[in-house]
Amino acid sequence: MKYASEFRDGALARQVAAAIAADCQPGRSYTFMEFCGGHTHTIARYGLADLLPEAVRLVHGPGCPVCVLPVGRIDTAVELARDHGVILCTYGDMVRVPGSGRVSLLKAKAAGADVRIVWSTLDALRLARENPGRQVVFFAIGFETTTPPTALALLQAKAEKLSNFSVFCNHVMTPPAMRAILADDAATPLQGIVAPGHVSTVIGTAPYAPFAAAGQAMVVAGFEPLDLLQAIAMLVRQVNEGDPRVENAYVRALTAEGNPKARAVIAETMTLRPSFEWRGLGTLPDSALAIAEAFADFDAERRFDVAYRAVPDPKSCACADIVRGRKQPQDCVLFGTACTPDSPIGSCMVSGEGACAAHWLYGRHRDPSSSSSSPQRSLSA
Amino acid sequence: MCLAIPAKVVDLLPDAMGRVSIEGVEKVVSLALLDGVAVGDYVLLHVGYALSRIDPDEAARTLALLREMGTLAEEVGP
Amino acid sequence: MTRRLFPQPLDLANGRVDMSHGAGGRAMAQLVSELFAAAFANDYLAQGNDQAMMSPPPGRLVMSTDGYVISPLFFPGGDIGSLAVHGTINDVAMAGARPLWLSAGFIIEEGLPLADLARIVQFMAGACKASGVPLVTGDTKVVERGKGDGIFITTTGVGVVPEGLHISGDNIRPGDAILVSGTLGDHGIAVLSRRENLEFDTALVSDSAPLHGLVADMVAAVPEIHALRDPTRGGVAATLNELAQQSGVGLILDEAALPIRPAVRGACEMLGIDPLGVANEGKLLAFCPAGRAERLLEVMRAHPLGRDAAIIGRAVEDEHRFVQLDTAFGGRRVVEWLAGEQLPRIC
Repeated sequence: MKYASEFRDGALARQVAAAIAADCQPGRSYTFMEFCGGHTHTIARYGLADLLPEAVRLVHGPGCPVCVLPVGRIDTAVELARDHGVILCTYGDMVRVPGSGRVSLLKAKAAGADVRIVWSTLDALRLARENPGRQVVFFAIGFETTTPPTALALLQAKAEKLSNFSVFCNHVMTPPAMRAILADDAATPLQGIVAPGHVSTVIGTAPYAPFAAAGQAMVVAGFEPLDLLQAIAMLVRQVNEGDPRVENAYVRALTAEGNPKARAVIAETMTLRPSFEWRGLGTLPDSALAIAEAFADFDAERRFDVAYRAVPDPKSCACADIVRGRKQPQDCVLFGTACTPDSPIGSCMVSGEGACAAHWLYGRHRDPSSSSSSPQRSLSA
Repeated sequence: MCLAIPAKVVDLLPDAMGRVSIEGVEKVVSLALLDGVAVGDYVLLHVGYALSRIDPDEAARTLALLREMGTLAEEVGP
Repeated sequence: MTRRLFPQPLDLANGRVDMSHGAGGRAMAQLVSELFAAAFANDYLAQGNDQAMMSPPPGRLVMSTDGYVISPLFFPGGDIGSLAVHGTINDVAMAGARPLWLSAGFIIEEGLPLADLARIVQFMAGACKASGVPLVTGDTKVVERGKGDGIFITTTGVGVVPEGLHISGDNIRPGDAILVSGTLGDHGIAVLSRRENLEFDTALVSDSAPLHGLVADMVAAVPEIHALRDPTRGGVAATLNELAQQSGVGLILDEAALPIRPAVRGACEMLGIDPLGVANEGKLLAFCPAGRAERLLEVMRAHPLGRDAAIIGRAVEDEHRFVQLDTAFGGRRVVEWLAGEQLPRIC
């Protein structure tokens, strides 16, 4: 795949990793957070942590929309599907996430609810057109990248007077979550952040400036292994130079200004929620979006009688600490025992890019308990 | 957090829609978030919407930079 | 002149299956006679009994059964009817057996257009004929509208394995080579491309095909084959994990050697799914001592259904029975069973 495969060159990656090692100053350590779950996935899938010098430590961040969505929100989606007779459509990522009593949308579907998986809001709109006698609710999740498609669907529904379409809006924002992480005294101290490339195609790089001003090296990265290594090389240099700033390592896909058109459709259709509960991060002010007054007719939370109820996370589940970068998946007592991808307890195990699922898939064979027979990786090749 | 992949625009359609190709697999997607997309452009595709245009020159420049970084490491390497 | 049993022929243009077609009366007799018996005609069905009587040849008999439920019923490169024949022939053949006979049970949903049913039956009969494996007995039932997905087909196959051959999923040994008969994921992606709310355009077609001819050539040339299995639902990932458990070995794949079409890769990137978890319906995985792998590969490539065959990995000692992948990037990762059906992802 053009513009992706070239950035998966393992031999070049080893050379770049060697360059990073050469840049690391003796006795100094470099701790960075990869905010985005997509980056967590790339790091795990390509074994980047093994390529990097020991001085560089990567901490997983909360940038996975599935992982940060609290159980109460999933319960509301299940309630909409089960008790209101609607066609509830959503992205494939959401349907297996367990809500209260471990009831997921997939389980609700098995019990008779009409739950459909869509690849795009374009398909959600089509479902509404094709089923004029049914209410169609789109369960919207995601960070700024996934928000403009929901915004355009709202505009389109209004233009078409698609009165049987509504959106259960759960869009969240990156900068407030970063702010919460950096303000958390119990979290691992960071020197820099690998900022999410695809979110930045929408919001641009300016929103990261306050973090750089507060001392964090900030580099926006793409999602191929070489993209990440390049970003890490730039972060190491910023730390060495003692000059934290915002840099873009994903120049082929984004400019500093982002996509103003995408931001305009969001601004037109959505409004800030005064507060929103995040899994792991608690309730954060001005961190999520609700549907704007002008589009109230298309807001599932107003159309249907559903009330949000906060639900505590499952006992012993370390997801809250994992999305804050306080713990690693293997530190959780449930990891690989009670909680596996087949039977997930915490959200970090459900989402393919959750830190636990990524470690299960890509790192488990290297854990001490299973290292006796796992072949050793040869990194010098 | 967001799966987005490069796709080549192969046809422009009415209503700000377009046909894109990913290794020969074609899909009709929305180009409504971008201005002035042309056939032959590569766009970054997320949930059926093109979010940004991929700049071929910048892609080449990044690769060249990485190679340079790699070569330097080889020369001074252990 | 004999009295005509059925005053009107089946309305194959506009007719639909209704409850009377499963009620045991004249309508059912007509459906069976004009559609099924006519299409599958052979000496066993001509016996006209509720069972077929066959004489087993020398050797050990093998038997396998499989239910087919697929949406859509017709997909690029295949349909549920031919799939129900190929799938069961392949399950029988994976013992190194020669498939001899098939049976089929049809659960048909009220309302299915007779034209669709006729096409399915004809494709199915065509698949039996092309494979040389007759359908010797069958059954039809009709369920009320809403209680089926158009049609469900269950086929059972019986075959025979010559004495002396021992091909079994528990027989893989450390050091064995892993071979695959061709490109991976074609069937699953072709079917997904027509699935509601996902549609995309591709020239890909299902690889649905009967593999017993290929197996016969392989077994004749390399009787030391340790195991064979067709990676259907759950793809290569699920099949290899099953086999690693069954044989008590680890399996290591070489990513660079996996034959995967660019379009399958593209569709998988677009949907966020792993080609190793995508279903195949005309491919097999073979395990044999490493010293015989080149010979086996040669024989496979000489067969039309094995043209793209490749050696893709090896079995190793591993008490954890991991299936792992040496990536083109230069790392190694676990190839996991799927947690369920692969769903398109956004993140």
